[in-house]
Amino acid sequence: MINAETPSCDSQQLDYTIAVFGGCYNNYLALEATIEDARRHNAQAIYCLGDMGGFGPHPDRIFPLLWENKIICMQGNYDHSIGNRLADCACGYTDPRDNYYAQISYDYTLAHTADRYKDWLSELPPAIQLTLANKRVLMSHGSPRRVNEFLWETTTPDPFLTRMFSDYNADIILCTHTGIHWQRTLEDGRSLVNVGAIGRPPNDGQTTVWYALLTVHTSQEQLDCELLPVRYDHERLAYEMRQEALPEEFVAPILTGWWTTCLEILPAKERARGRF
Amino acid sequence: MSRPDIKRSLNVLDSSPVVKSLDAPELRLKALDTLWLQVTGTLCNIACLHCFISCGPKNHQHEMLTVEQVHNTLAEAKKQGVREYYFTGGEPFLHPDIRELITMTLEQGPLSILTNGILIDEEMAVWLGETFQTARYSLDLRVSLDGSTPEDNDKVRGKGTFKRIIAGIERLARHGINPVITVTEVRPEMGHPRARAAFMEFVRTLGLDKPRLKFLTPFLIGREVRRTRGYTEVELLHEGDLFPGEEQKLQCSSCRMVTDDGIYPCPLLINIPEAKMGETMADGLKPIQLAWQPCYTCHIFGVTCRT
Repeated sequence: MINAETPSCDSQQLDYTIAVFGGCYNNYLALEATIEDARRHNAQAIYCLGDMGGFGPHPDRIFPLLWENKIICMQGNYDHSIGNRLADCACGYTDPRDNYYAQISYDYTLAHTADRYKDWLSELPPAIQLTLANKRVLMSHGSPRRVNEFLWETTTPDPFLTRMFSDYNADIILCTHTGIHWQRTLEDGRSLVNVGAIGRPPNDGQTTVWYALLTVHTSQEQLDCELLPVRYDHERLAYEMRQEALPEEFVAPILTGWWTTCLEILPAKERARGRF
Repeated sequence: MSRPDIKRSLNVLDSSPVVKSLDAPELRLKALDTLWLQVTGTLCNIACLHCFISCGPKNHQHEMLTVEQVHNTLAEAKKQGVREYYFTGGEPFLHPDIRELITMTLEQGPLSILTNGILIDEEMAVWLGETFQTARYSLDLRVSLDGSTPEDNDKVRGKGTFKRIIAGIERLARHGINPVITVTEVRPEMGHPRARAAFMEFVRTLGLDKPRLKFLTPFLIGREVRRTRGYTEVELLHEGDLFPGEEQKLQCSSCRMVTDDGIYPCPLLINIPEAKMGETMADGLKPIQLAWQPCYTCHIFGVTCRT
């Protein structure tokens, strides 16, 4: 776990902004666009909640971008598996078809990730903690208690969140892993933000991907979170995926915004919103 | 020959033999994530030949939960931070207050209902479709169907049930509900990937264009004992039998079952009086012993009753 220092705020500066994203899935073009968008929104620090690898092409193109832009990274299940040269991604799928496609992307990513990047992935921390606006912020990949737990909006009830905030001494929990962004603030003011993924659109029929921007209003000790869409050159990504002979099942969501794999893990309500 | 590591007895409810492991692995409750409610006890409108708790129209081993009991259970579950709820029976749609139970549960968390679909008439399908759309949390239905033809299904679930189950599924589909079709692999060939793929295609023909399927292994208890066989005495778990990491995967490390007479570790064990953990939710927070023969099936096949 990284215990990040509370970012210092200039007394003249009223706001302090951080950007948080997850699920790069080898999509280096979306990563470039997200970093650019975060800088445009004056993000002073950028955090990545893990899962650098996945469906996309050229896994090694992600890492120089993360390093050159000083992105503060933590480990997702994919990073743990790739970093430790394990046999599968441990994404937590339960359906044979979902696992079949997950294995294709995992094998491709494992074969095309350089050893120095694998070693770096293996050493990433499993969580990041910091304090913003006097609120304890806990960054996790799936959930604070399990790296591959799926926190979906319609299957994550308030009493469960209350328990998790209490068990992990957090006021704000940030997570990713599902690939679909959402946020909720409980009556007591504590918030869960699933920042979504920048590697693949959230099964909404659009080609944009999503990340989170957290702004501290220092004068009011208030923390706001905004989920933002990012456009990127998705057609180029699709072209490169085909050049790499990745399955059309991975290319289609990039071009259409509708998932064709990882479907069985979706709760009924989220599944109903998609095309497949 | 007597074995020191097992105990044989008769189930006081139905005089069936019960064999218990005396040195079973212990399993701690990680967190109470999943709560099962035996809303209609063992009462069912049909009597399937593979039912592991022998439900039927006249089986009163467990009675229905009252609205008050469900209300009190939900209040306790809220304190525990339960993540998801399941209604089962018997047949949940036999409950006279099923809509009230569904509504109050969905106010607190996501709900899955295990049903044979037969009692879901047009009016109920409309209501379920509206509830699915408007509820804050996910409402899921799991409809059991054990074959893609009347011949296959009705052999197990009873004469004429195929047609009535299909009608229920089609009504749900028309009103925007995409149920998970739950298939118990009552014939070994049903587990073959080609057979599963064929079942998937069959489900598409019912109006479900995003077919969702769950395949289950039969448990050799209840009525299934007469259809195939019961467990042998070696089909039990003993100290050291669990695979590395298995504790985390077994559903009973994060679930409990509430019936009219108390708390049990899981849906499979409610007809074994000795498996009862107590009367209150607090009693259910204790560790359990994986001492019973159905535990063997979960261990070997990695079965989970979750969707």
